[in-house]
Amino acid sequence: MSRSDVLVTADWAQEHLGDPGIVFVEVDEDTSAYDGGHLEGAVKLDWKTDLQDPLRRDFVGREAFEALLSSRGIGNDDTVVLYGGNNNWFAAYAYWYFKLYGHRDVKLVDGGRKKWELDGRPLSKDTVERPATTYRASEPDLSIRAFRDEVVASIGSKNIIDVRSPDEFSGKILAPAHLPQEQAQKGGHVPTAMNIPWSKAANEDGTFKSDEELAKLYAEQGFDEAKPTIAYCRIGERSSHTWFVLRELLGKSDVKNYDGSWVEYGSLVGVPIEK
Amino acid sequence: MCGAPKQGGSLAGVDLSTQTVIQGSVWHDGAPVAGAYVRLLDATGEFTAEVVTSPEGEFRFFAAPGQWTLRSLAPVGRAERAIDAEVGLNETTLAIS
Repeated sequence: MSRSDVLVTADWAQEHLGDPGIVFVEVDEDTSAYDGGHLEGAVKLDWKTDLQDPLRRDFVGREAFEALLSSRGIGNDDTVVLYGGNNNWFAAYAYWYFKLYGHRDVKLVDGGRKKWELDGRPLSKDTVERPATTYRASEPDLSIRAFRDEVVASIGSKNIIDVRSPDEFSGKILAPAHLPQEQAQKGGHVPTAMNIPWSKAANEDGTFKSDEELAKLYAEQGFDEAKPTIAYCRIGERSSHTWFVLRELLGKSDVKNYDGSWVEYGSLVGVPIEK
Repeated sequence: MCGAPKQGGSLAGVDLSTQTVIQGSVWHDGAPVAGAYVRLLDATGEFTAEVVTSPEGEFRFFAAPGQWTLRSLAPVGRAERAIDAEVGLNETTLAIS
């Protein structure tokens, strides 16, 4: 796996819009961005209504994922090219999610919607209809997903990376600052976690930094190559961005995303917290 | 949720006795700039949040008291402004020259 297998430039994306066998997918929490203009031919996935179980806090199950992708006209052999807003947070989350359910060929558009817009590239408001497929998902690959007990057991032994902003890490604020700050969970972080904000891995236009810059960033922050790694944020989408950097761009082995993240951890009774 | 709520509009339901709201709008050539990317940097210059301005050029952050920097990025150019926020409503304008 190398950068060119998992990441495409905006130029590449623009040249391959409409190619058979390639499906562009926009992933956002608020799909009004898609509705106001999207990459020509791209279908949309709503992070919340499509990818989260409507009742419990969890993913949709394997069969629901199969039904979702079938209805969007995505086949098992298609190359899925993901992009979205928020510096590709939700697109990276979807990337991790597609990998969890075993999709073979998934890529991200470097810079996502932001670079596309800043470059002044064309957006379309046309309704996109793709013929339905019969998608088959694998059993979830839990080697890339961490749960709370594993996080607690990893304190002091694995690389635990808190990718939130320094002010969230310290407990000064409880959510990214575009959201109201009234939250149920306690402020702080998992003891022994390193604070390496996701944003340090990205340029201002939302593109990823070079492999050399990224390798240097984690080495300088004390990342131990010999240890397994767990990344977390508040709800698991910014940590998907870092999971993508560590596992897909830098090729590190045994990297998990803890999607329960601080909303879960900071609400647990009796677990250790540092501020 | 981690995506930004709709920018601008009413502050109804927001408790300004506890929340530190930093809001304003982005302007260029005497007109508001819609679709600009505005990011909030903390006192050390590290990224804290980013939103896209509304059709009226508005942005809004929920922060904490202290020193912050606002930086906007748009096809027409960029602007930056430091702000010392307090609990309650802190309003400012980012002008792209």
